[in-house]
Amino acid sequence: MSTLAVHDHGVVHHEEGHEHHHKATFLNTYVFSQDHKYIAKQFLVTGIIMAFIAMTLSILFRIQLAYPDKSFPILETLLGRFAPNGRISPDFYMSLVTIHGTIMVFFVLTAGLSGTFANLLIPLQVGARDMASPFVNMLSYWFFFIASLIMLSSFLVQKGPASGGWTIYPPLSALPKSMPGSDMGMTLWLISMVLFIASQLMGGINYISTVLNMRTKGMDLWKMPLTVWALFLTAVLGVLSFPVLVAGVVLLIFDRSFGTSFYLSDIVLNGKVMPYEGGSPILFQHLFWFLGHPEVYIVIMPAMGLSSEVLAVNSRKPIFGYHAMVYSLIGIAVLSFIVWGHHMFVTGMNPFLGGVFMITTLIIAVPSAVKTFNWLATLWRGNIRFTPAMLFAIGMVSFFISGGLTGIFLGNAALDINLHDTYFVIAHFHLVMGSAAIFGMLAGVYHWFPKMYRRMMDERLGYLHFWLTFIGAYLVFFPMHFMGLDGVPRRYYAFTEFESMKRWLTVNVFITWAAIMAGIAQLAFAYNFVHSIFWGKKTVQNPWNANTLEWTAPIEHHHGNWIGEIPTVYRWPYDYSKPGHDEDFIPQNVPFSQTMSSNLPHDFEDNPGGLEEHTKWTNAQKANEAVK
Amino acid sequence: MGFKQLINSKKTLSLFAAFVLFGTNQLMAQATAAADTATVDKSAMWTGVGYYVLLFFVASLCVAILGKILRVYDLTQKMQGKKGLNWNGIMGVCCALFLITGMYGAFWSLDVQGSMKLPESASAHGVAIDSMFTTTTILTLIVFVITQICLFGFAFVYRGSDKRKAYFLPHNNLIEKIWTIIPAAVLTILVVFGFFTWQKVEDSSQQKGDLNIDVTGHQFAWELRYPGADGKLGSLNFRLYTALNKLGVDFKDRNSLDDISADTLVLPVHQSIRLNIHAQDVIHSVYMPHFRLQQNAVPGLPTFFKFVPTITTAEMRRKTDNPNFEYLLYCNKICGGAHYNMQKVVRVVTQAEYQDWIAKQKPYLSDPLKKELHFADATPAVQVKAASNRLALNN
Repeated sequence: MSTLAVHDHGVVHHEEGHEHHHKATFLNTYVFSQDHKYIAKQFLVTGIIMAFIAMTLSILFRIQLAYPDKSFPILETLLGRFAPNGRISPDFYMSLVTIHGTIMVFFVLTAGLSGTFANLLIPLQVGARDMASPFVNMLSYWFFFIASLIMLSSFLVQKGPASGGWTIYPPLSALPKSMPGSDMGMTLWLISMVLFIASQLMGGINYISTVLNMRTKGMDLWKMPLTVWALFLTAVLGVLSFPVLVAGVVLLIFDRSFGTSFYLSDIVLNGKVMPYEGGSPILFQHLFWFLGHPEVYIVIMPAMGLSSEVLAVNSRKPIFGYHAMVYSLIGIAVLSFIVWGHHMFVTGMNPFLGGVFMITTLIIAVPSAVKTFNWLATLWRGNIRFTPAMLFAIGMVSFFISGGLTGIFLGNAALDINLHDTYFVIAHFHLVMGSAAIFGMLAGVYHWFPKMYRRMMDERLGYLHFWLTFIGAYLVFFPMHFMGLDGVPRRYYAFTEFESMKRWLTVNVFITWAAIMAGIAQLAFAYNFVHSIFWGKKTVQNPWNANTLEWTAPIEHHHGNWIGEIPTVYRWPYDYSKPGHDEDFIPQNVPFSQTMSSNLPHDFEDNPGGLEEHTKWTNAQKANEAVK
Repeated sequence: MGFKQLINSKKTLSLFAAFVLFGTNQLMAQATAAADTATVDKSAMWTGVGYYVLLFFVASLCVAILGKILRVYDLTQKMQGKKGLNWNGIMGVCCALFLITGMYGAFWSLDVQGSMKLPESASAHGVAIDSMFTTTTILTLIVFVITQICLFGFAFVYRGSDKRKAYFLPHNNLIEKIWTIIPAAVLTILVVFGFFTWQKVEDSSQQKGDLNIDVTGHQFAWELRYPGADGKLGSLNFRLYTALNKLGVDFKDRNSLDDISADTLVLPVHQSIRLNIHAQDVIHSVYMPHFRLQQNAVPGLPTFFKFVPTITTAEMRRKTDNPNFEYLLYCNKICGGAHYNMQKVVRVVTQAEYQDWIAKQKPYLSDPLKKELHFADATPAVQVKAASNRLALNN
């Protein structure tokens, strides 16, 4: 103990010598912190709050869908003019679905997920003291925070928030008079998005440069955990695709405010002939989906990385086919740039182009299938420890399968004709990217909570949270497939207008109650999360017996992560249950010389000296046995 | 840690909660009080809400009590030197139970809700799409069942214990190659069939004998225009829009003089129909699910869909056993507040019925419109460039 204290003291001196101009004040510790671990927590908490807001919005419109003709006076009390006579107005319904989608996709599953775990895990897992540029990293959070505030502030403007769907296709979003939400609400949406993208770019550049330049000694690319691989490739996708959305958004701002016609042509609105000529609404769709499709992989890839890590740690087995997992991530990342047209099969895009996009889209199913099979093989003959994180990772795989398979229908242009923009699509993407990504994120939260808050979350509340959410999500989204097969379009305010859709009303009531149940289950999480931050059980340094570097860092947080030297890496991160070793895990910073009994020839593939030593040792062992 | 104390203080917390609740209440009430003078029985409303809040607290209390009971049981077991609750085992069993009930639920859903799907395709190309759909469904369902059984089956079978060690299996190149190649091969088959089906369906080139019908979407209705005796539709120009000439038909084009406007999309059975799809304000989408037909209506970009209806409305009524059955045309691209209510009845009839019906329809060039145009013709202000049926650059 005393040696540790002395050691500690020495480091404090060392740090003071270097950064004496940095005084720890309340402001730079708790608000404008540049410590990646604290920024990660800021992203996480903001992301969770945004998730709760977006979830509440979804429950509001689910109530409308279940009881389209019923009046709820409380809605009027809470929402005022947006719900006259206790019924959500059609325009506000559109705002609800739009803002729900925007917040969930961008603010929760992009910033909340990547922002939290890239910030937390990249430096800790590659062995760096902080991000490449801590200041830009801090800016990234604050841009995100301001973007969130602006997005939410659109609920306060007279005509309500943006309501053209989260894809904001012009001309609907470009003509302020086409619907109330396209007025001030859309302006705020666009401003918020530009700030958000700036935040993502600052974050992304940081993540990429940290992974490429700041790995510790011995940490070559093929020794990185899959989380880092996934977060790195996600950042690359973001940096390459988000600027395209800025381009699209800027042109839209020009069309809205400066009378240009990038996306507009031949328009007669409310009986008035408009002067726009020569633009194409399809152009916006190309620009939007050039981001939009990589975006769904930006959402799901971190979840894949987190789940891979959690599955391996808790199966006490190496991830099956590490190289295949990395190559499939790279394959998905590359292919994700050439599939955007599958969102546009029926938009008037040339049918030949549709055929080409269909081919690229279905090719992307191959790396996805490889990943799924490898996860299953990781579970096979494991020694599975069901922590809440593990359950969420299993749930993520289950959703990824269920939702991924329906992607084969939608990626097929011929089938998409009848399924496009129906509830089938809703079911598909809520399973494959909504639920799967949020489960990956929750797996990450449960798994790395001790690293973030130095305390453990309550396991049994975690179990309750998992099962209610998992079952709830399936109950909500599974029946929607069949509504889609009956040709029920999405974004419809009331089904009662159609004789043919009335029979789905009972299903809608069922779905709404399942959604409310799943929503209430999130309160168990919120309680568990907040309670555990302050009163949870204190953690030990490596609570899950995991191999990756973050668990070699001390429990107490230091700006700089490790006291003294950063550990050197000798092996890949998945040496779990290696035969011949007494424990079922060997951390990455344990050299092979300390684990002679469990080394395999395979461990020395690019290390002839080590292989020689290994053969010598095994020969000696054999000779010993012979003597005995 | 002053920060922590602040959070710890229950007084501050409850004060804050009360303030927020009161604040929002006041804020929202102001707006409504001004707008809504009708007396809603607020007390009844709050009892309703209070009931649910109470219910939630009771449920939370039950969960908390259950948790405490389990913990007490756990601790007493441990005190007696026995093993406590084996949560790992319980979760493993839960996975197995979920697999069984989930599979049953999925089967039930496929059976009951699956049978609520659209009736058989009422168009020729739809049959090809439906068979493609069936093939894909069978293939994906097989994969779905196998992978979910593996996932939850493995989770159950290999639930951990202290006695075992996991099997160290970092990779196996052969098996990885197999499960790369098999999905690739299956997907290739699906892609090839899908590609040819798609090419066939999307061929909307104009041919002799096609019945051209204009469908124009605007907020929030569809306008229909049929060709007259010449079988040709006149050209359009959005600048010619007036309250009477809602589509902006260009009457300099002789073909437009005998065009017909209609309220219902009536289609002769077994006739090749080419829908010319236009939008005037924002993007709409012509969606006729029974015909497996969807094409967006884009302002400035005329689109087309060609198809052959094969089942008349009367026949479909018999087949679905529903005397009120109607084919419908929905809008399926978000287009504003009343997007959900932009339907048009589609009626497929025999050739003879169609001829009867079309003969009764009114010409698009109505008498008031004629008057207006005569008046307009006299003024030189309306000089119109040739209508341009442009396509997007990528077409």
